[in-house]
Amino acid sequence: MSKRERSAAEKADFKRELTEVVPHLRAFARGLCGRPDMADDLVQETMLKAWAAQDRFEPGTSMRAWTFVILRNAYLTDMRRNKFRGEYDEGVAERILTAPASQEEPIHLSDMHRALLTLPPERREALLLVGAGGFSYEEAANICDCAIGTIKSRVGRARSALNAMLEEGNIPQRSGDDATAHRAILEELDAVAAGNGHGATS
Amino acid sequence: MAKNTNSSAPGHSQTADKTSAQAKATPEWADGLRKLYDSVVEEPLPDSFMDLLSKLDEPQDGDQA
Repeated sequence: MSKRERSAAEKADFKRELTEVVPHLRAFARGLCGRPDMADDLVQETMLKAWAAQDRFEPGTSMRAWTFVILRNAYLTDMRRNKFRGEYDEGVAERILTAPASQEEPIHLSDMHRALLTLPPERREALLLVGAGGFSYEEAANICDCAIGTIKSRVGRARSALNAMLEEGNIPQRSGDDATAHRAILEELDAVAAGNGHGATS
Repeated sequence: MAKNTNSSAPGHSQTADKTSAQAKATPEWADGLRKLYDSVVEEPLPDSFMDLLSKLDEPQDGDQA
């Protein structure tokens, strides 16, 4: 099955690097899909896929970037299969609204997260990669397989949207708004995923 | 002396005052975005992840039941 067996040492290196990026995968996934349990499922799926595909990893390159690509694709696939549909409006809103907010922050992280989740996935991931993950525009473009200009534009749009929501206090409150946002997300996602090769809808 | 400029978030240094335009365009929530991310990164890893990682090592060459 596998083309070239990796040596035990190579596998050990790979595993060590994979282990190191797991917290980052969790953070990225949490930002993408909101629900901690689903995010963690996504990360575990990603870890298994990464392990299975380790022959394709080029040692010395960024494990974080490489695994983020896998996670992102898994997320898009899951979204297309409606895995997150239906549970979104109740689940996400509930959890995020009940998440403890730090009082010291001028802007509560729960507000932040809620606002983030209303963004279309492309913009959300672009902002997460650049604004939270600390990736350069170029790295983010590689992860999302698009042009640097596209990433810049997505980050810019995401920022203005968050500005509108957070600075002006215009944050969607609950299920109703979230459902609207979610529908928009799914529609936009169809367009994204369509460009990513076709997954048969089951 | 050396009254430091502003809070430097660990892990994400630099770029603060690269261009004043950029700095001006950075809203206060930008820091929250990083905190959101970092707060998850800093969470202790649930056991399920350690379990999964340890299972990766087990040889599973197809014909294992």
